[in-house]
Amino acid sequence: MNPVAEYFGDIYRGLRTATIGMRITFKHLFTRAVTIQYPTVKMKLPERARNRLYVNMDDCIGCDQCAMACPVDCIQIETIKSTPEDNLGTTSTGQKKRLHVPVFDIDIAKCCYCGLCVYPCPTECIKMTDVYEFSEFDRHSLIYSFSTMTPAEIETAKMKAKKMEEEAAAKKAAAAAAAKAAAEAKAAAPAVPVPPAPPAAPQQQKPE
Amino acid sequence: MTDTLTAAPKTSTGKSLRTEEMIINMGPQHPSTHGVLRLEIVVDGEIVVDVVPHIGYLHRCFEKHCEHMTNYQQVIPYVDRMDYVCAMNNEFAYVVAAERLLKIQVPERVEFIRVIMAELQRIASHLIAVGTYGIDIGAFTPFLYCFRDREKILDLFEMTCGARLLYNYMWIGGLSHDLPPDFVPRAKEFCAYFKPKIKEFNDLLTYNEIFVKRTAMTGVLPADVGLNYACSGPMLRASGVNWDLRRDDPYSVYHKFDWEVAVGKGEMGPVGSCWDRHIVRMKEMEQSVRILEQALAQIPEGDVQSAIPKRIRPNPGEVYARTESPRGELGFYIVSDGTATPYRIKARGPGFVNLSVISEIAKGAMIADLVAIVGSIDIVLGEVDR
Amino acid sequence: MEQYLTSLFGDTIWVHILMGVPPLVFILLYALVVIYLEMKMAAHMQDRLAYMRTGWHGLLQPIADMLKLLQKEDTIPAAADKFLFLLAPYVVFIGTYAAFAALPFGSAYIGSGINVGVFYILAISSLVVVGLLMAGWASNNKWSLFGALRSAAQIVSYEIPSALAILAVVMMAGTMNLQELSAMQTGGIGHWMILGGSLPLAKKLIAVPLMLVLFLIYYVSSMAEVNRTPFDIPEAESELVQGYNTEYSGMKFAIFYLAEYANLFAVSAIVTVLFFGGWASPFASLMTGPWWSAFWFVTKGMFFVSLNIWLRWTLPRFRVDQLMYMSWKVLTPFALACVVGLGLLLVW
Repeated sequence: MNPVAEYFGDIYRGLRTATIGMRITFKHLFTRAVTIQYPTVKMKLPERARNRLYVNMDDCIGCDQCAMACPVDCIQIETIKSTPEDNLGTTSTGQKKRLHVPVFDIDIAKCCYCGLCVYPCPTECIKMTDVYEFSEFDRHSLIYSFSTMTPAEIETAKMKAKKMEEEAAAKKAAAAAAAKAAAEAKAAAPAVPVPPAPPAAPQQQKPE
Repeated sequence: MTDTLTAAPKTSTGKSLRTEEMIINMGPQHPSTHGVLRLEIVVDGEIVVDVVPHIGYLHRCFEKHCEHMTNYQQVIPYVDRMDYVCAMNNEFAYVVAAERLLKIQVPERVEFIRVIMAELQRIASHLIAVGTYGIDIGAFTPFLYCFRDREKILDLFEMTCGARLLYNYMWIGGLSHDLPPDFVPRAKEFCAYFKPKIKEFNDLLTYNEIFVKRTAMTGVLPADVGLNYACSGPMLRASGVNWDLRRDDPYSVYHKFDWEVAVGKGEMGPVGSCWDRHIVRMKEMEQSVRILEQALAQIPEGDVQSAIPKRIRPNPGEVYARTESPRGELGFYIVSDGTATPYRIKARGPGFVNLSVISEIAKGAMIADLVAIVGSIDIVLGEVDR
Repeated sequence: MEQYLTSLFGDTIWVHILMGVPPLVFILLYALVVIYLEMKMAAHMQDRLAYMRTGWHGLLQPIADMLKLLQKEDTIPAAADKFLFLLAPYVVFIGTYAAFAALPFGSAYIGSGINVGVFYILAISSLVVVGLLMAGWASNNKWSLFGALRSAAQIVSYEIPSALAILAVVMMAGTMNLQELSAMQTGGIGHWMILGGSLPLAKKLIAVPLMLVLFLIYYVSSMAEVNRTPFDIPEAESELVQGYNTEYSGMKFAIFYLAEYANLFAVSAIVTVLFFGGWASPFASLMTGPWWSAFWFVTKGMFFVSLNIWLRWTLPRFRVDQLMYMSWKVLTPFALACVVGLGLLLVW
């Protein structure tokens, strides 16, 4: 291209585009600001907003589905079996609770707010709320413990569970001993001519 | 003094003036490397002789983590976080790959919604790209206009799935939530609002003479070099190569829409310059709005969760699926050994490949141009390092 | 004002010291205003609000900023050249402050009414370059060095078109004393230099386009002298972190900052005195007098400062070689052509 024409063309284009740009910014001087004054004015979050987790322990049946679904392993759950006499109540969705939940810790600092724990919960007790202002000074305060059992209750539950287990084990041992004794008695009895046993029914193992 | 410009680091003697080359470190913390990227630059005065990128500062072992997930759906939050600026497109690539492996056919409503989300995310990602590019060049105002428009897109996403940046929305076989009732009207409103904004942005920055002069002559990527280095996305299209995976290796329902592929034509300088990459992104935004309008008008009814499998246990095998993310070809290579845990997931990140070409295109540029060139590649370290 | 002070104190050193104080006071007050103005203008152009919490709409924010800078830790890099490092901000500030001596703040006050006023200003404001080079070198930081070298090249190159533009106006006015230049432009807007000064109407029609071009040339060169976008490569944030400013913190950084804004006002003031009437009121006899003239001077100066701010937040930045190209190949030839044209016009 003709160098002289290019030279003047550059200057002309420079001035023209600069004034076009200036006109745009000047117009924006008088448009309303799109920002809000945050701590005094807060935006309303939509209803599906995914922020801090909340667990309603009254509905938790201790199934561990949420802990297994979490991709970053931020939920720690421990359960204790309850005895048949204990009445832990029912959840709001109608299921009978059978497990004590002494430990239900969520490390909210690890949580990645994906919401994968919400879907598998059978009683819909774990939810993502719209709370987003929960900073703490100490990292350990970000480990939320949702369990409502006191240490005394946990101790009693553990002892009862242990006792039940021991009784069940004792019962099983007694039953095993009784069966063994019966077998020995049978073996020690005089041999009685017994008719030949019928051919064994084909008890094939189903192929795995 | 031409012999000093193309030589390896040494001092030049002889007839010309004795000069020495300086090695400058554009460190991991720097206002204009987009993320933690270290560039080792060998300069002779102001001219760049060589650039060596050092990456890995944002490596988070994402691919290793995936080998320990209990199922394939759990991988999706990790995939989001790879390229955090265009999370929907990452999820799209992954679910396309996983559905190909599992041979799942999703309802058409799901496909339409996925395309809508992907195109909205493409606009949002390009807004960041051009806004930060403006800041690199020195214009501070367009960045804020871009973020103002991006807020509207993020509001749409928050309304649908509850999160603004990392969504966990596209699941294998469907979506986590169906669209809320006022999504379609608000999205249509956004399209109408956004079209004049593109023009305003072009007036303010793209056609500004200073911007053109700074970007239209530098960082020229010849088409054959780009193809040899496996560049993809706007980088390749700006060099004149008419290749777009949405049209040439179709996935989902892109074939149902009428849109054009933006290719760089060298309007202001040689084909494949930084300006060409910038204008290709601006044009892609316009085309995304076009796709959006068509998709919003045609969404069929259906259940978005009907095809989500209860238990994902693919047969042993492998699959590689690629999609067009705002940065280029994003591909996922999944190897399954028959269990519920993936055996290996490899992500082919477009930023990683596009960044490798920088030493070719930055030779002979000045340091100020280097900033322009790195900005025009539009890398996000999250997917370069994974 | 000088006569008033002499009548109070006699011909002692106190007169001269007190005469030097008003520009300093002005710089300090003006810095508070311009920081606020810049941030608020930038914010509203970008559809956001800036300071809102300190005072009503953030009016007390500049004071808070100054207090913060004053009590910050003054770090000196271990390998820095200590003497130059400490001296550099003060050299820059002195170069700027000394230029205020020849500016007429009103019909009653001028720091020093020397006959080579504008020539002196051009000369003394080049001291800033020395200060910047010292800052860049003494920081012992490659990026600062880059910034300082670029800055030196830029300022020296743009002195030429600005000097030529000033030369043209001086040709038309016949004096370099800024107080007299302002006095020549009293009597209404028609007497302002940009509209031809005191030439007859026929000649004015030819002079006005030339003066307009000269004003543009001088304004653009002055933006380059003060390192403001689009010429702010010495402090190009996105490339050089903060350029020559990188290693400075606390009070020394505050002085650099102050010096930059003071310089900005100085060149805006020169633009108003040379082209837009100085302290002369645009209405013939309305709003004249010593206090009104000070008001007009400051207002017109602030108008050009805001124009500068507007340009800063609109345009991207030039690259170093494009900057040099603009100075030597665009501004200088046009300035020369205008000088020759104006000279021919005046001789006719």
